[in-house]
Amino acid sequence: MSHKVVIPIGPYHPLQEEPEFFRLYVEGEKVVDIDIVIGYVHRGIEQLSETKHFDQVAFLVERICGICSTSHPFAYVNAIDDLTKVEVPQRALYIRTIIAELERIHSHLLWLGLAGHFIGYNTVWMWSWKYREPVLDIFELISGNRNHYAMMKPGGVRRDIKEEDIPRIKKCVDDLVPILNMFKGAVMDDPVIQARTKGVGVLTKQQAIAYSAVGPTARASGVKIDVRKDHPYGAYNFLDWNIITQEDGDVFAKLIVRVLEMYESIKIIRQCLDKMPKGPIDANLKDIPEGEGIGHIEAPRGECFHYIRSDGTNRPIRHKIRAPSYMNVASNKVSAVGGTISDAAITLAAVDPCYCCTERVAVFNKGSDKKILNGWDLIKLSQEKTEKLRKEIFNK
Amino acid sequence: MTDTIKEIKKSLGKKILNTQEHSEKRIYFDIDKKDIVEVAKFLFKEMGLRFSTATGVDTPRGLEILYHFADDKEGRLINIRVLLEDKKKPEIDSIAKFMKAAEWIEREIWELLGVNFLGHPDLRHLLLIDDWPKDDFPLRHDHEHDHEHNKKEEHK
Repeated sequence: MSHKVVIPIGPYHPLQEEPEFFRLYVEGEKVVDIDIVIGYVHRGIEQLSETKHFDQVAFLVERICGICSTSHPFAYVNAIDDLTKVEVPQRALYIRTIIAELERIHSHLLWLGLAGHFIGYNTVWMWSWKYREPVLDIFELISGNRNHYAMMKPGGVRRDIKEEDIPRIKKCVDDLVPILNMFKGAVMDDPVIQARTKGVGVLTKQQAIAYSAVGPTARASGVKIDVRKDHPYGAYNFLDWNIITQEDGDVFAKLIVRVLEMYESIKIIRQCLDKMPKGPIDANLKDIPEGEGIGHIEAPRGECFHYIRSDGTNRPIRHKIRAPSYMNVASNKVSAVGGTISDAAITLAAVDPCYCCTERVAVFNKGSDKKILNGWDLIKLSQEKTEKLRKEIFNK
Repeated sequence: MTDTIKEIKKSLGKKILNTQEHSEKRIYFDIDKKDIVEVAKFLFKEMGLRFSTATGVDTPRGLEILYHFADDKEGRLINIRVLLEDKKKPEIDSIAKFMKAAEWIEREIWELLGVNFLGHPDLRHLLLIDDWPKDDFPLRHDHEHDHEHNKKEEHK
């Protein structure tokens, strides 16, 4: 194996949202093995949670992730609701659902922009982030915050959605439809995007099941699972919507799943706004009895899982948190192997982890000089491949 | 009682020491630690359940490990509870040998709670640094959270 080369990607880079470290073993252009190292942002939140009382934990878990900041509190309050068996008021269930779906839209738009950037479509990047802004404005309208909305509360929600705000929310989601149509057309019809993403980073159905992948990563591989449908929570049981699946398991399939899912989210939000009953928004939960509870929800990236154990005091004695990327990032071990280095950037990004490239990528070649690439060089490598493909396709 | 539960009870029979139905959607089965490989294999391979994650809990009775399996067809979470009474040397067979999905979580429980997973293919640190002091398990209740290890010479 004299030609086996190690390419470290990570752990820190200004473009990254979270540090992760990938060690790619390559032979020539081909990735033959990958080692994933995580733990750079381990903040001990599970332990910290044991020192907070149940009301504070909702705020703590909200700060686990900046993008899907309502997923963790949502799973947490579901766990408390399961533990206490409290009946949550209907209106609160609908409000929780609206917040979760708005978040899915802005998270998928963010991913779409990043994916566009990494394969050299900077227009897609700028546009999708531009159209994400109105969604964040809606969050500000509802909760006062563009991020970390602090809406979830054991037994209910903290803030109501005002009647006079509903037309503006409706207009916002209506305005998104033509934009999504545009993106859908741009993605599906563009031969270069197809050439860059079809057949790249394939995760087969068997592999998705073996790694217990969740969310869009699993659905793009033909595994029809969605916590919203399979284990109904919130108001999803009362609404009409579909699970989006694709069969191919490549980056293109993951792209399609995410774009189409945004339409479903819009459908869900519209129904919620129409059906939302009037009434209280909080069950005024007082004491948490002894026992254990599990809450899991479909976050934008997949199943987010919270386990709570209480001994009857005002704080949990154990709080287990499992984010969706925990399962999905591990599946990169099979999806990135066999591809080329220039495809690695988009393959690793396709599971929508918080992205993974670095300040310094060092390429060590046995017997040759050491060459240092930075993270931008890796993106450039990826973008150059797109450019080359574009020329080939359009010069035919 | 639905099909999945019936089948689990029929096939595992005596291996189930105790059943606790918290609600229709959350069922807890207590089993002995020597049966974990067989039970997990049955649930994952034959019943086709999805492995969600595992939780390690430090309790006064010993270390508990809960294996959470999701039944996506019937919308239920099946939780397998194992108690490791010996806190000084907790050991259990690894299920990561045949379930890649459990590889990371076993590494995590190993470093945070000190459970040794016998036969794990790649048991090394996942979240903590590689030179984390041995016999210092952050999620044990007797762990001292005064950042003492930061003061030690080897971490300077």
